[in-house]
Amino acid sequence: MSGIIGKKIGMTSIFGVDGKNVACTVILAGPCVVTQVKTIETDGYNAVQLAFDDAKEKNTSNPLKGHFKKANTAPKRKLIEFRDAPSEWKLGDVVTVDYLKDDQWVDVVGESKGKGFQGVVKRHGFSGVGGQTHGQHNRGRAPGSIGSSSFPSKVFKGMRMAGRTGGKRVKAFNMEILKVMPEQNILVIRGSVPGANGSYLIIEK
Amino acid sequence: MDAIQLVQNEFLTKKEVPAFKAGDTVTVDYKIKEGNKERIQSFKGVVIQRNGVGATETFTIRKMSGNVGVERIIPVHSPFIDGITVNKHGKVRRARIFYLRQLTGKKARIKERRHFEHSK
Repeated sequence: MSGIIGKKIGMTSIFGVDGKNVACTVILAGPCVVTQVKTIETDGYNAVQLAFDDAKEKNTSNPLKGHFKKANTAPKRKLIEFRDAPSEWKLGDVVTVDYLKDDQWVDVVGESKGKGFQGVVKRHGFSGVGGQTHGQHNRGRAPGSIGSSSFPSKVFKGMRMAGRTGGKRVKAFNMEILKVMPEQNILVIRGSVPGANGSYLIIEK
Repeated sequence: MDAIQLVQNEFLTKKEVPAFKAGDTVTVDYKIKEGNKERIQSFKGVVIQRNGVGATETFTIRKMSGNVGVERIIPVHSPFIDGITVNKHGKVRRARIFYLRQLTGKKARIKERRHFEHSK
């Protein structure tokens, strides 16, 4: 998958072509710099490494500084590798949001917001017990039975239970691009994308 | 935040909206699509609040239809709005006059503000 790196700015709503109010996400996408081109001969596979968002020189380790120097660019914060990137991307090239077009469909990858330790109702969408009557006392959001008895005498692996929720890599498929604004490096996508405002996103074409 | 404003300006069609606030009586002409035909329907009532800023600002408008109160929330910059006319400026002390929902009949009247200068 080829694509570019972006940063989620926030959400707003706009009036679409037919006048409908459409919720959309504003993303600062690019400019990204090609910092490494991997080939089958040298690395065993083909890929392109993109870098995004300027970092402070003093917060960059010396090995990374050298890495960025090879591409002749300032230190960056986020490095992402893309397989099957266009072969015309060469070391030091700048990839802007121009790479995407209006009315295209893309996948957006982000890290979802961390929710902490959550029960099964929030985490897996269990419906809970559903009522307060029939002797219910304090089991309203309990998971219920987690398996049978003497056979199989164990709880099966992968049983959905309470636990850490969110904070995971999530991919939103088939998001519609409403607008590409190349001068401001802004990308407007219909609907919501994973992650908090200010978090990094991968926009896959 | 700045980027969001840029996007909003990009999509916004500039239209003149008269100055009005909570307590004012306004008539909103909005377009309704029925199949291929488009017609205009008006809704006259009291503005009970304005909510939000910029391109996503909305206002709530309330009228009594017979004995039933009807409220509509309308985006200020909605392209479906054909026009907004201010019929009367009301004299109210707050920006959100939800107390009007509890009042009926003669108590639900709002005094008119005649001599004033709008800050907007």
